[in-house]
Amino acid sequence: MKVFIEKENKQIVLDKECTAKELLVELDINPTTVILVKNNETILLDEELFKDDEIKILSVVSGG
Amino acid sequence: MKCSSCSKKAVYSSQGRNYCKDHFLNYFERKVFRTIRKFSLMQHNDKICVAASGGKDSLAVLYMTMLYCKKYNIEFFALNIDEGIADYRDHTIDDLKTFCEKYDIKYHIVSFKEKFGFTLDELIKKGLEKGKKPCTVCGILRRTLLNRGARDLGATKLVTGHNLDDESQAYLMNLFLGSMRHNASLGPVTGLSTNNKFVLRVKPLYFISEKETRLFAFLKKFEVHFSECPNINLSFRAKVRDKLNELELLREGTKNGIVNAFLDVLPDLKEKYRNTKKFSYCEKCGDPCAGKICNACILEEELCQK
Repeated sequence: MKVFIEKENKQIVLDKECTAKELLVELDINPTTVILVKNNETILLDEELFKDDEIKILSVVSGG
Repeated sequence: MKCSSCSKKAVYSSQGRNYCKDHFLNYFERKVFRTIRKFSLMQHNDKICVAASGGKDSLAVLYMTMLYCKKYNIEFFALNIDEGIADYRDHTIDDLKTFCEKYDIKYHIVSFKEKFGFTLDELIKKGLEKGKKPCTVCGILRRTLLNRGARDLGATKLVTGHNLDDESQAYLMNLFLGSMRHNASLGPVTGLSTNNKFVLRVKPLYFISEKETRLFAFLKKFEVHFSECPNINLSFRAKVRDKLNELELLREGTKNGIVNAFLDVLPDLKEKYRNTKKFSYCEKCGDPCAGKICNACILEEELCQK
């Protein structure tokens, strides 16, 4: 799956299938700090992610 | 997971309830309107100025203010402070302009360069040499321009995008610094209500988390580019923010708990510190302040000499 991490402005490709929660654990990202988008739809942590999916991890932190 | 109110797919989950897109938007709007009514943040005879940077919080609060003001026929406009932070503010100002043009909202832009003769980037360099932190310089000067701008444009209330995260962070920061007096100055309405040189600040997103605002902005398809102030990592606030997010993950509702507990004692805090807040008028600019010269004029004197 393609994963875009907004905060770091980088895209990675992962050859795996897992839940959104497992993905965040692997990337060491606190779920309270992001919203997750799969194929342009927002999803919850229990969502199953497959190899063809395009995932965006959008940061909720901004400003200053 | 399904929405708790209908059979559609959920996009948000909080405090044991799940929300589909429509029910989330409804929940968000009701929560903001309830806050506005409960604390009388906007009333019929008000002229509302929305402090808008162009980031997600300010676009969300500007949109919600527009809905409320149109519903109740209240005059409003947006005010942007262009501090002059390269590769950051210019992007959010473009987002703000696009947004205001789309919704036909009047907006004004005031810049540090025009008012102080220097951009924030230039002032930070000068400030660091004198031991001034970036957020202190920016905060004091930005607050001053917002108040002057809102006042000069005839506003009676200044709406800001401060949210649940901002408020719980500010409360904890003051607590760690041992300053309950500063906490007495927080809350959904702040400022000197009896002083016509000071425009009251109000926070319609007071009970809305950053996550909810970001989701709202995404679902409403607002053009928001991710942007974090390049100076934020130098701040104590960033550290408190990260720790608070860790606690929120461990125990959902932590931020809500902090803010609600704070609101419970806020009237007592205000009473306790009521008479300790003496203010006069700045001898240089005439704005209300605590000493003889206001903090903005002190900074201007220190940093804005050519």
